[in-house]
Amino acid sequence: MATQKVISRTTTAEDLQTDYKWGFTIDIEQDSAPKGLSEDIVRLISGKKNEPEWMLEWRLKAFRHWVRLNQEEPTWANIHHPTIDFQDIHYYAAPSKKGDGPKSLDEVDPELIEAFNKLGIPLDEQKKMTGVAVDVVLDSVSVTTTYQEMLEKAGIIFCPISEAIQKHPDLIKKYMGSVVPYTDNFYASLNAAVFSDGSFAYIPKGTRCPIELMTYFRINAEESGQFERTLIIADEGSYVSYLEGCTAPMRKTSQLHAAVVELITLDDAEIKYSTLQNWYPGDKEGKGGVYNFVTKRGKAAGKNSKISWTQVETGSAITWKYPSVILQGDNSVGEFYSVALVNNYQQADTGTKMIHIGKNTKSTIVAKGISAGHGENTYRGLVKINPSATGAKNFTQCDSLLVGDQCGAHTVPYIEVRNPTAQLEHEATTSKVSDDQLFYCQQRGIGLEEAHYMIINGFCRGIFQELPFEFAMEASQLMKVSLEGTVG
Amino acid sequence: MTQTTTRFPQYATDYQALASTSGEPAWLTQLREQAWTRFEHLGLPIIRRGNEKWKYTDVRPVANVAFEHPLGLEPQVDSSQLQKAAPWDASWINLVFVDGYYSPNISSQPTGGVYVGSLAEAAQSHPELVQKHLAQQASFEDDGFVALNTAFLQDGAFVHVPAGQVLSAPVHLVFVTTGQVEPRVTYPRTLLLAGTNSQVTLVESYVSLADARFFTDAVTEIVLEDGANVSHYRLLLESTEAYHVGVSRVCQSQDSTFTSASFAKGAAIGRNDFQVLLDAPGASCTLNGLYLTTGTQHMDNYINIDHAKPNGTSRLLYKGILDGKSRAVFGGNVTVRQEAQKTDAQQTDKNLLLSLDAEVDSKPSLLIYADDVKCGHGATAGHIDDDTLFYMQSRGLDVETASQILIHAFASEIIDTVELTPLREYLDRLFMEAIPTSTLRLGRES
Repeated sequence: MATQKVISRTTTAEDLQTDYKWGFTIDIEQDSAPKGLSEDIVRLISGKKNEPEWMLEWRLKAFRHWVRLNQEEPTWANIHHPTIDFQDIHYYAAPSKKGDGPKSLDEVDPELIEAFNKLGIPLDEQKKMTGVAVDVVLDSVSVTTTYQEMLEKAGIIFCPISEAIQKHPDLIKKYMGSVVPYTDNFYASLNAAVFSDGSFAYIPKGTRCPIELMTYFRINAEESGQFERTLIIADEGSYVSYLEGCTAPMRKTSQLHAAVVELITLDDAEIKYSTLQNWYPGDKEGKGGVYNFVTKRGKAAGKNSKISWTQVETGSAITWKYPSVILQGDNSVGEFYSVALVNNYQQADTGTKMIHIGKNTKSTIVAKGISAGHGENTYRGLVKINPSATGAKNFTQCDSLLVGDQCGAHTVPYIEVRNPTAQLEHEATTSKVSDDQLFYCQQRGIGLEEAHYMIINGFCRGIFQELPFEFAMEASQLMKVSLEGTVG
Repeated sequence: MTQTTTRFPQYATDYQALASTSGEPAWLTQLREQAWTRFEHLGLPIIRRGNEKWKYTDVRPVANVAFEHPLGLEPQVDSSQLQKAAPWDASWINLVFVDGYYSPNISSQPTGGVYVGSLAEAAQSHPELVQKHLAQQASFEDDGFVALNTAFLQDGAFVHVPAGQVLSAPVHLVFVTTGQVEPRVTYPRTLLLAGTNSQVTLVESYVSLADARFFTDAVTEIVLEDGANVSHYRLLLESTEAYHVGVSRVCQSQDSTFTSASFAKGAAIGRNDFQVLLDAPGASCTLNGLYLTTGTQHMDNYINIDHAKPNGTSRLLYKGILDGKSRAVFGGNVTVRQEAQKTDAQQTDKNLLLSLDAEVDSKPSLLIYADDVKCGHGATAGHIDDDTLFYMQSRGLDVETASQILIHAFASEIIDTVELTPLREYLDRLFMEAIPTSTLRLGRES
């Protein structure tokens, strides 16, 4: 049986000739909103989704707040890009619907099914991936969600967020914006105003989600932005492992992706959130590519709850992303495991925030940065111990590897301690692949390039082990493809 | 009148008064004018939002007080008063500045080809040297405190050790504030030139004689030529009501060695802004620091090391002991530029919190643009380890003694790096006495 390839498919010699293997476009009929952003566009998106009045109100509040920010996007990150013209973006693009949208897979455009097969995401019920329920989001809408019946039996809700707004308004009203309010930051406000779809998951009390949940995000339309919003709620004593994968076509112009992800765990619950981010990184000269400006935050609200973020970031021209955990419940645990790779002219400013509020809260941060080509990689993280967080513990380790002499690796940790019982440790190292290690590999008969991959793979191993098994294989493969041609 | 001058009317008045007193060389007048114009434009860094350099330190208390700079007041201080306030050794070359003015009668004069003395006199006697180096390292382009100091540059200390000379006696600069005029501002200024293969030790002591509220806006510039070796100690022992902003700028040439230790105990708000530029291959620097804060003190160490050229080495270790409601901040970057291959840099900040209300904010950053480097940094914060205390109690020590021993050991790592024996003993006594005696038993919550 062939192994399932979620993001990167089997790498063959032929594959390696091309730079970005997910760069094709899907040729389907598009229904998109005109370019630009105004209250009318917000109303249009809300209308397309047939949203209730309260949702529209919330969007408009967010939009008005965003307007008040006066297009002053945050500039503190170590990233550089031309000014984004927020009026030159389509805020809504979707495959055209016939009537009420697909009732079953038979009604989904065959072109689409074919396209996703090509990406390694079979939507077909017979061929669907075992053990993973997938919600597929293309540009602004969710196309289909697999395994829904089985999940329903367990009482788990896993559906596009637009559907959840219709069917589960109480949960949405209670939790949406409770972790990332629309006033949080520039891109979060923008997202709250124009978000079009995304995934929603609710795991009821005492339930261990039997399969992994996954959302596959795909940008297809040109000059459009993708603004999805994900909300996951793990009720008391529940557990869920959630995966996220993303790709985009190769476009000459840069595209904006500004997502918001909110996670909530109640008492004794656990969410494990894994990301393989492989948006189009731009070409070798740094033209095009996705601007990935994402706000991800989890609230470990309940006692003994746990939120774990694992991310492998290889794509995007620019990554600006800080998956965070608010450790509110006593004894709650936050984890952040990250590999960020930049090559060519990619820039990444990524890290995490661990806000300790509850007693005996623990957080672990392990971040590995790899810089190659002209890439600039920055780890930026905050560990904050509030006066109430008696007995809090944090361990942070940030390692950077430099491949080539034109790249940069930066570490910017912020440590704020307001309780003396807290124990904090932060460590960081920066080095290149050791010549001695390479020499050793070579004298054992391993080629220079292969030796480089081996060492880099070993450098990231601790993080890959945190990923679900299939994802870990993919991640390792993806690293290799992304580093192609930079070493040896 | 511009808006900025109305923000700081007292500084403007004092500047005008100073401008009309003459006697300084024309180039200095011009420099001061430029600095004043810059200050009017910059003001003080009071903006809170997006002000990364001053993220954890609010200087509004400093900006809100109209500190005076009266002219022609030269209070006399006798050396017995000084010896109580600052470390003192008769074998040192001591230079005393009282409320900003050089006091030759209680200062000592060196012999030989070395110049240690007043900066104002040096501007007359060594104009080419002073003009070449003054205000070259400490740029006032983007720093309001440096601009203000430079605008009021009247006197200060100038040390010049010519090539190949070894000055065995340490140079001790004592900047003392008497507190007779309140609230007063002083602008200590130091320029040290260490010639090729020369060697010198410099001690800067900032002290006060009364529990007065005043503001010290100090700037120190140190230039090391090829192969020079400079040991530097900076002591901040001012009144716990005082505001202190100290800017130190060091520039190192090839194969030079710079060793510095900074000790801070005084000031209500203290800032130690230290920057070392390794401007030629093979330079090395070691920066150590120890700060002890109690009450509502606020101590901010902002330490930057810039590796501009290859084969440089830097070691940075700052340690803090925090008690009461005090707050300590550590920030700064270790930058390794693209050219600076084979750099070896280590940056560490360790903090000991002794009270429930103390706060520490640490932001040690690495910015690396070269690949063949070995760089690391670390930061820790926490209380005395419970298990260690328990062990010592089980060996018959009471908890107060045990914790004093542990805190003392924590501080000793920095104090022991001081090579001047009288200074080391002085600091050891000073910090030992300041260790809080009441012990916080945190225990674990069950």
